Amino acid sequence: MGSRASTLLREEEIEEIKKETGFSHSQITRLYSRFTSLDKGENGTLSREDFQRIPELAINPLGDRIINAFFPEGEDQVNFRGFMRTLAHFRPIEDNEKSKNPTASEPLNSRTNKLLFAFRLYDLDRDDKISRDELLQVLRMMVGVNISDEQLGSIADRTIQEADTNGDNSISFNEFIKVLEKVDVEQKMSIRFLH
Amino acid sequence: MTSSVATTSFYIKLPLMNFYGWATLRIERGAKEKNHLLMPLWAAPAIIAREPTSLEEEIKEIRRSGSNKDLDAAPEFEMSDIFYFARRGVESIMDDEVTKRFSAEELESWNLLTRSNYNFHYISLRLTVLWGLGLLIRYGFLLPLRVTLAFTGVGLLVFLTSVVGLLPNGRMKNFLSEKVHLMCYRICVRALTAIITYHDSENKPKNGGICVANHTSPIDVIILASDGCYAMVGQIHGGLMGVIQRSMVKACPHVWFERSEVKDRHLVAKRLSDHVEDKSKLPILIFPEGTCINNTSVMMFKKGSFEIGATVYPVAIKYDPRFGDAFWNSSKFGMVNYLLRMMSSWAIVCSVWYLPPMSREEGEDAVQFANRVKAAIARQGGLVDLLWDGGLKRGKVKDTFKEEQQKLYSKMLVGTQEDRSRS
Repeated sequence: MGSRASTLLREEEIEEIKKETGFSHSQITRLYSRFTSLDKGENGTLSREDFQRIPELAINPLGDRIINAFFPEGEDQVNFRGFMRTLAHFRPIEDNEKSKNPTASEPLNSRTNKLLFAFRLYDLDRDDKISRDELLQVLRMMVGVNISDEQLGSIADRTIQEADTNGDNSISFNEFIKVLEKVDVEQKMSIRFLH
Repeated sequence: MTSSVATTSFYIKLPLMNFYGWATLRIERGAKEKNHLLMPLWAAPAIIAREPTSLEEEIKEIRRSGSNKDLDAAPEFEMSDIFYFARRGVESIMDDEVTKRFSAEELESWNLLTRSNYNFHYISLRLTVLWGLGLLIRYGFLLPLRVTLAFTGVGLLVFLTSVVGLLPNGRMKNFLSEKVHLMCYRICVRALTAIITYHDSENKPKNGGICVANHTSPIDVIILASDGCYAMVGQIHGGLMGVIQRSMVKACPHVWFERSEVKDRHLVAKRLSDHVEDKSKLPILIFPEGTCINNTSVMMFKKGSFEIGATVYPVAIKYDPRFGDAFWNSSKFGMVNYLLRMMSSWAIVCSVWYLPPMSREEGEDAVQFANRVKAAIARQGGLVDLLWDGGLKRGKVKDTFKEEQQKLYSKMLVGTQEDRSRS
């Protein structure tokens, strides 16, 4: 009972998370409840195993990559702040946010940041470029054993050909944005909250 | 017997419910004064809205919004395909159907048991006194009383079934065995102060049938067996459990397996079907989920019992968690710990529904039959019907599910063999 008390959220923390991520008070408390229920070790942080225990995530072909997105470079544990910061990418964009002060820093759920999240799923070594190998790796994860290496290779080549504008045989973040400029990123990379 | 049960339930339910409501208010007020966050006491509804669209539909939609190409002409890879998997993945991180079934249900109002409340330290003095009083009554008075009753019930069961076992097989033996079993189980029911409401007793399982029910706790057995006679199925244990099992089988045929026999599915199936064919033997009681679930959902039924071909009598058991949560979280608590918690709760309140018998239909295989029975039980008990395996409580999910998704996605990229041969 005592250990739980020390990990309860304080009002100041909620305010900070609200400012940083844009989630509402009730959304933060609900997600905190979820965070603690995933935290089997009851130490206030989540490890990769805690995520892998979710069956629906374990059967997602890109499950491991998505879990990776929660952990900053070289770390094995993520606390509630980090958890919320990553989840914030999937918050829907509200109309009143679009007209906000242009000099304020970009919100975590902006179109660019959503695209950056997706870009990072491809770009494993975080060198800001999607190489042919990295693209192949992600493709292989998504198709399993059902497509031959050759076919997958030609799909990867075709994709890079279409996107690559500066001829370096890899896709930079700007080229990535350009390829997806017509896609409704705001809707497809957002999760609808019930409250 | 029935009138005393009615009065007990009245006296227990009414004042307790009032206390609960008042207790919750005090906690909320206390927390607000100290400006702290409350862990949500209420059973939180879903956090996010999840559309049940398929992989194909969604990815097509994403592609459609992004290009002017005719989609049916050239199904190919698009970089935006990843959005589908990313979103689904993060959705399951925020809220999934499975992990919450293996821990106790969250309650609306506090029922004065610290184990179901995490905001314990926010309560006022008055509430603490009440809780202390409750503690005194529960541990000082109710628990010893119940433990005595439990020992009496179990002791009598072992002794009397052994005595009955000495009689020659025949009608007298069966009659006495029935009486003995019922009486002892009813004493055990008293030992737990279980207030049970049985519905539709006309559908009670008959000889030669198999009774299946959803599983929340070992107490399920006591609840069902105090209202009817069943042949139990299970593994022979050592210790006290083993003693009880061995004496029970002297009085009437139960189906106990040695540990080594449990792995042999054919042997298990043969013994079960031999049992149901003998119409003089009692109906078998089985819990096809294979493990305890927290009574908010029904998980996958193992198909073994549905392959035998006997009539299935489904039973739905729903506990009221406000008086004491009956769910046994076997990965957290051992059996003795669990029983102590049960006997020091206020009461165990539950409803049992006997559903009309079902048989396997033409052209239906065991898995479909099992799912049909499961759906009927879930509907009656107001539980969520899930396809996930209860074994996920401890084990990892099979890779075949992931492979299915990969296959579906591959089809979108290159089409099926038929498509390619046509073009």
